[in-house]
Amino acid sequence: MEDLTPQYGPKWSDQRVERMLGALVCGVVALLLAMIATVFVHAWPSFSHNGLAWFGPGGNVDDQLNAIFLSGQAGTEYVYTFHAWALIWSTLLITGGAVLIALFSALFVAVFLVEFAPEWMSNILQPVVRFLASVPSVIYGLLGVLILVPFIGNHLVTEPQKASVAGVISLTGYSLMAATLVLTVMIAPLMVSIFSDGLRAVKPGWLEGSLALGVNRWRTTWKIGVRSARPAIIAGTVLAVARAIGEAVMLAMISGSVGFAPNPADGLIFIYEPSRPLAPTIVKNIDQLSSPPANATLFAIAAVLLFSAAVFSLTGYVARRAMRKYGAA
Amino acid sequence: MLLLKDRKDAVEGTAAWALVDRIGLAICWFLGLLFCAIAVMIVVYLLVQGIKFLRPEMLWTPAAAGFSETETGGFSDALVGTLIVAVLGISLALPAGVAIAVWLVEYGRPAALARVTESTIEAIAGIPSIVLALFGTVIFSSTALGFLSRTTQGIVFGRSFFAAGAMLSLVALPLIVASVREGLNSIPRHVREASYAVGKTKAATTRRILLPTCRPQVATGAMLGLGRIIGDTAIIVVLLGATQNFAPVEGAPFPLNFLRGAGTTLTNFVYEASPTGNLNQPQKAYAAAFVLLLMVLALNAAVDVVHRRARKVGTWSH
Amino acid sequence: MEPLTDVSEQRGPIGPLKSDTPGPPPIRRLRLDDPEPATEVTAPLQPSNGPQQGGFTAAKRSIGAPQFSIRRMEIDKVSVHYGAKAAVKEVSLPVRQGEVLGLIGPSGCGKTTLLRSLNRLTELTSSARLSGRILLDDLDITQIEPTLLRRRVTMVFQQPNPFPMSVFDNIAYVLREQGSRRARKKTLEPAVHSALDRAGLFEEVKDNLDHPALKLSGGQQQRLCIARALAAEPEVLLLDEPCSALDPKSTQVIEDLIVKLRDDVAVVIVTHNLQQAYRIADHVAFMYLGDLVEYNSATALFGSPREQRTQEYVSGAFG
Repeated sequence: MEDLTPQYGPKWSDQRVERMLGALVCGVVALLLAMIATVFVHAWPSFSHNGLAWFGPGGNVDDQLNAIFLSGQAGTEYVYTFHAWALIWSTLLITGGAVLIALFSALFVAVFLVEFAPEWMSNILQPVVRFLASVPSVIYGLLGVLILVPFIGNHLVTEPQKASVAGVISLTGYSLMAATLVLTVMIAPLMVSIFSDGLRAVKPGWLEGSLALGVNRWRTTWKIGVRSARPAIIAGTVLAVARAIGEAVMLAMISGSVGFAPNPADGLIFIYEPSRPLAPTIVKNIDQLSSPPANATLFAIAAVLLFSAAVFSLTGYVARRAMRKYGAA
Repeated sequence: MLLLKDRKDAVEGTAAWALVDRIGLAICWFLGLLFCAIAVMIVVYLLVQGIKFLRPEMLWTPAAAGFSETETGGFSDALVGTLIVAVLGISLALPAGVAIAVWLVEYGRPAALARVTESTIEAIAGIPSIVLALFGTVIFSSTALGFLSRTTQGIVFGRSFFAAGAMLSLVALPLIVASVREGLNSIPRHVREASYAVGKTKAATTRRILLPTCRPQVATGAMLGLGRIIGDTAIIVVLLGATQNFAPVEGAPFPLNFLRGAGTTLTNFVYEASPTGNLNQPQKAYAAAFVLLLMVLALNAAVDVVHRRARKVGTWSH
Repeated sequence: MEPLTDVSEQRGPIGPLKSDTPGPPPIRRLRLDDPEPATEVTAPLQPSNGPQQGGFTAAKRSIGAPQFSIRRMEIDKVSVHYGAKAAVKEVSLPVRQGEVLGLIGPSGCGKTTLLRSLNRLTELTSSARLSGRILLDDLDITQIEPTLLRRRVTMVFQQPNPFPMSVFDNIAYVLREQGSRRARKKTLEPAVHSALDRAGLFEEVKDNLDHPALKLSGGQQQRLCIARALAAEPEVLLLDEPCSALDPKSTQVIEDLIVKLRDDVAVVIVTHNLQQAYRIADHVAFMYLGDLVEYNSATALFGSPREQRTQEYVSGAFG
């Protein structure tokens, strides 16, 4: 009997392809793990020399960074002393402020876009939101530094206010207020898209059922629609926070170049005070990478950024799981 | 609309609402109009300033030293630089992204690895680009990868187009993976089963049937990724070197000498030309920002066109 | 005819919050000047075995004749058009408290559209045009504010759709979203309990009213939806194929409940299940392709239908 087994088979058998793709996937996972490991390994000297005081206040951050850099250049005993509280506080203020304002606005705009805007309005607003989300951050920074900063510095801050803090810092318009406002405009469109997707995914049966019970559209949309879209709201907020924390370039252009911690106890004037959050600090001092202790310090800041982004994602995940109980997830 | 489908009169019946509800609706309108106003302001301002300061020769004249803004040339190097990193970044991200998406949807075994991969892609999406840039400095400064950038006196510089392009591909990767996954998931199961039933392997099915169907999603993902790549500044500032012009590596053949060398892109140029950077040339900054915005808008419009064309083609019944 | 303002003022806040009488809520707006005797129903029927002629067989009809009936809604030559297509053509029907009105017919005959026009849900689609009049207690419903109308004429849908909240909150939701002040839980408890009681669900959930509503069984969820609809103290209850997604046991429970409710509210039920219509409806309207083919008492329509098409439908010649 002649041998009827086929002399050929598919060149790319499923097994082979699966193994190749699997290798690629493992490679990507390994890359991420390597990234995390590298950042923490390079950051370790800074943390080990400072301990928990790394996060605390103490001294002028800019002076400390300078000292660290110079010690590395000199090649003698490395100096690692670093207290990042001013930077952390600035990050908290700017990110917190921006996320709060953006959350409030994005929720209303999303509800408006999905339910209450007449067709002509939503045909305009939808592309507007997409446009705002795609503008590069450096352009936001440019507009901020050329329009908003002079406006604040010359028209909003009064001379007596400037005089009251002269000697400590100068109120030139590079301020908390400018940074928070521009950051809000940057992250709000992202939240609007995610919120409106979440609202559109609500089961129409619930909304119709609520209407059929005589509840008006506004209450229905908020009490049932927004409530059901809570997982999407959390997801959008978490994404926005991660984006805000990691924003380096725009904030480097607008928030001010001093490692100063604005004190709310100063009164209203504190929103005009300059500061510098964590991410822009890395950008501003990127030339210092060649000096080993400075290298460690910058990586330490990066490690803090990584860690916070991870913590926020985890919080969001846990919150969404808790919502499954009532069927809202 | 969720409730009033296609209804033109969206304020029907608000008379019976409680005052709180009506105030809420007023807030909605105010914020919606505010968003539109901000967008209009951005576009108009950049348009006006860009047209005022953009002279065509800027597009093909490299930057040069000079005393006033008119003498310092243009930003052609930056423009070409943007194109180079875009091509480098996408040519790495697109194949990898499609491959990962295919694995996640079509294979995905073991299940634990699939979950880990999904989390990894999400994590990469959430990492700030400045952290990616720092990691890039470590990788590309190693002697093993010294061939990708300039090496002077035994010290690997680690900053080059290759380095920037590689890290930028990570920025675009999650967008491509998400888009292609969505496309593959929307193909009903019976299509795949029809192909298996005639004896085709999974690989062949994917290559011949599934991926061609997903062309719109692949294109969308690629364009979204491109948008993020050309808009990124942090990675460029860190990994491309702080020059205004190309700084090719001596002794290497074209085009490798440029790709291994340092350079600049539009985003970096805008950053440097702004008051925060080294140049302080606001006019050129506006001009470059205008060109950058046009590129981003063109990409957005292209995504729209792809979506609209995809909707015209029919889909399978589920 | 009473002017509009009087009607709104008559409604006022939710009934049970003010009433002191225990037991089921009193029937509101009982118009004693014009009670009709149970019309078009011949001598009080004894429960009988289903008729055998015409090919329609059904189980015993176990409900008795309605004791009284009061006209609540009047559907007067109503047509509903979606764009150029006519979904409902010139239908006239009375809706009475004290009896169950069943709407039957094959898919696409317009019975759901007609039902939805009774509480103006058709207005949610822009292409819908309604002509003719629908009167609620002699008042044209287009003259009543839609949200107010939908509290007087509530609807239960085919798919049980309890909100993603606890059982208590589902019912309290209806009672709360009326004004600016938020009623406290204690104040709402009697109303919530009574609504659950009327729907026959109270015994099963009373131990844990904070149980997530989505964790109830299908039949319980639908009864919760009915309780929710009843919490609004409606005068008319519309049911759109409420049992089609449920198992037979739950269906029976809900059918008994519907029959029990007919004294308190006017019930209109759309169903594609002919046996169900025979079991629980007092009057039945058969619709086909938008036309009202026949309107008659249930026994008459199923036993000796006047129209040929009715005869064909109830005997299963088409469906």
